[in-house]
Amino acid sequence: MRQFSQLLDALVYTRSRNGKLALIAAYMREAPDPDRGWALAALTGNLDLKAVKSSAIGEMIRARTDPILYEMSRDYVGDLAETVALLWPKREDQSAELDDGSLSLSAVIDRLSHVSRAAAPDALAQMMDHLDSSGRFALLKLATGGLRVGISARLAKTGFAQAFGLDVDDVEQVWHALSPPYSALFDWAEGRTTRPDPEGTPYFRPFMLAHPLEADSVDLNDYAVEWKWDGIRIQIVGTGKETRLYSRAGDDISASFPEIAQAFTGHAVLDGELLVRGDAQGAKEHGGAAASFNALQQRLGRKAVTAKMMGDYPAFVRLYDLLLEGGDDLRALPWTDRRARLESYMPQLAADRFDLSALINAPDFEALADIRAGARDAAVEGVMLKRRDSPYVPGRKAALWYKWKRDPLTADCVMMYAQRGHGKRSSFYSDYTFGCWTADGELLPVGKAYSGFTDEELKWLDRFVRGNTVNRFGPVREVEKTLVLEVAFDSIHDSKRHKSGLAMRFPRIARIRKDKPAHEADMIEGLRKLIG
Amino acid sequence: MAHWIEPHPTGIYVRPADAWIDPSLPQERALVTHGHADHARGGHSHVWATRETLAIMALRYGTASGTAVGYGEEVRMGGVTIRYVPAGHVLGSAQILLEHAGERVVVTGDYKRRPDPTCKAFEPIPCDIFVTEATFGLPVFRHPDTGSEMDRLLTALHANPDRCVLVGAYALGKAQRIICELRARGHHAPIYIHGALERMCALYEDFGIAMGELRPATGVPAKEMRGHIVVSPPSALNDRWSRRLPDPITAMASGWMRVRQRARQKNVELPLVISDHADWDELTETIREVAPTETWITHGREEALLHWCMTHQIRARALALVGREDEDEG
Repeated sequence: MRQFSQLLDALVYTRSRNGKLALIAAYMREAPDPDRGWALAALTGNLDLKAVKSSAIGEMIRARTDPILYEMSRDYVGDLAETVALLWPKREDQSAELDDGSLSLSAVIDRLSHVSRAAAPDALAQMMDHLDSSGRFALLKLATGGLRVGISARLAKTGFAQAFGLDVDDVEQVWHALSPPYSALFDWAEGRTTRPDPEGTPYFRPFMLAHPLEADSVDLNDYAVEWKWDGIRIQIVGTGKETRLYSRAGDDISASFPEIAQAFTGHAVLDGELLVRGDAQGAKEHGGAAASFNALQQRLGRKAVTAKMMGDYPAFVRLYDLLLEGGDDLRALPWTDRRARLESYMPQLAADRFDLSALINAPDFEALADIRAGARDAAVEGVMLKRRDSPYVPGRKAALWYKWKRDPLTADCVMMYAQRGHGKRSSFYSDYTFGCWTADGELLPVGKAYSGFTDEELKWLDRFVRGNTVNRFGPVREVEKTLVLEVAFDSIHDSKRHKSGLAMRFPRIARIRKDKPAHEADMIEGLRKLIG
Repeated sequence: MAHWIEPHPTGIYVRPADAWIDPSLPQERALVTHGHADHARGGHSHVWATRETLAIMALRYGTASGTAVGYGEEVRMGGVTIRYVPAGHVLGSAQILLEHAGERVVVTGDYKRRPDPTCKAFEPIPCDIFVTEATFGLPVFRHPDTGSEMDRLLTALHANPDRCVLVGAYALGKAQRIICELRARGHHAPIYIHGALERMCALYEDFGIAMGELRPATGVPAKEMRGHIVVSPPSALNDRWSRRLPDPITAMASGWMRVRQRARQKNVELPLVISDHADWDELTETIREVAPTETWITHGREEALLHWCMTHQIRARALALVGREDEDEG
């Protein structure tokens, strides 16, 4: 258990993605079987132990320590599992608390999965006595479900792949054919057997992505054009028996959007944009409207979703592509053929949950440029250009697909607060909150940006913050309201998060306007007119 | 009981001696337990403290007129017999034992019970009134064995030859203790130190505590510090100063590191639970050991310790002293 609890601790304290990957990889190489398989299950959220409720843990600790001291401790520490892990009285026969090595991770999982709910607290208490505080924390997190160490399933799989020099997409493909503790996966990774056969399981296929368009013009005889929607890319994988939804990173998001997963019963793999019903972006002539990204955001990252959420923010998918149909893999076919197959597939789908991404008919590139320019009025993000003969290939391949976003909006804002960044930037003030003026001459925050500047500009900004601090609130510095930042953003929306009532999408620092006096920065009213 | 000793928000007043213990305002006569700034303030007219503490105060506040009191030596002041007894907290730290009118009072200042190569071990003294700190006065604070924490530090160092390990440690006491613990474990490589530690380390050396080879971390090319330990005050961990270091692993040595969120808030990657204060078990065991008629709690999480005393039939009260406890210390 110690190896696993040390891994969890290290993951909690490590901020960088590469650092986390290296930790997971080292563990996967070094830990014994079947412990590492169970750890992989826990890290990817594939471990379902529900024997223990938080309330049982509270009772368990109250029976062993003074309840008042427990309450005071919990108030101080915050987290229940951590409080109990730290508070657990050490055994009389131990001079210092230690993990005596008698419990392996697999032994813990075995006990937790076979114990009845009534016997669980006693079984848990017995195990607690053999662990140190890190081990107890890991045990309580496992027992109550949900490690919450800030990593996604995809990151855990990437760490696993890295450990054995595998491609994470190859791991992803076989994933759903396997179950914890994944002995077949480790056998393959360490070269003892051939790759497990994923056939018949709903596995993720890597997405095809687009480059930003940099050329001045392309020939529309070679390229088809679609609208670019501001939702999230989603892959729907159905085997006929089971359907899964994957995000662009390959994370399984089926549980967050059950209405989509349930509405699809076919045997196919589709690529589309996940959106919420509404009228903020697009209209009938764009193939149908959708709500803003903000609305979709209310639904993202939820483990369970209430009927009210589904009612308030009904999700649907606008389909772009068909990768597999029945037993046919269509990915090698030209886009034109796949599009035709997609169009004839549409009638099988529930119209309230699925529609077809409309094609834009422009006679030539110039006409298309005009249409794109008009996208701003319709609050559409831009257009996509797809080579008519392009196969569906993973990643970004030059000259096949392009995204051509409408030009960003810009506003001149005044820096108000700054905060240090993370990782390499941890000593730099690199996160800036900026604001615009109200009619009464008050500055209200309209957004926060952490990018867009060069390393040289960052050094300059950092010096500005340090030299112009007027107030400190914990890690946040309030600065003299003198520096104008030209902020670029894709769109702007109503929001309750900021006092200004506005929220920008993808804000970044476009330029530092040392030349501009702060009182000449933009007004809130002006920004409000840009709401799309 | 012991009406001759009075707790005030600004310190403890010993009436027959007309002297204050660790006063937070300048006083005529001050008895100082140890050199940390929340106990030893500048500006007193006359200070009684150990030779080490006086030297530390002189370093921090310039020359102060003081009388050095050796451990065990007796000082008589207006009918009060005073002795300084090792507290095990930092170099020169002392508990102050006061005897008057047939009553014994012990004021601990800050203390710990773990071995520390830089100072004399705490000596428990049975007394009538025991004045204790409660920095870690919650049962969640149980410091692990120092050896296992030092092992984690050395493991991280050896596993990352291209990086350095930057250890944040309080400039008086903790930093020197960490350096000595490393030396005791056979780590004889040069240790790089922040400028703010230089004079204090030299002072420790003057008192015969060997630090091994220390080098300034300033003015040295980053690559020279790869694979080495760098020690700085906690405030420098996330500051510009640390930019000069080669991809540092940020460690911090403090009892607060036991709580994950505390460590995360400070951007610490390698929390080392090494403290110069007694943990919960040591606080409660010490109270049992000295078996006072009454316990006074100066600062920290006094509520929980007060509750514990009450449930163990020990008379106790919390003194609301001002200005105690620096978050970085611990």
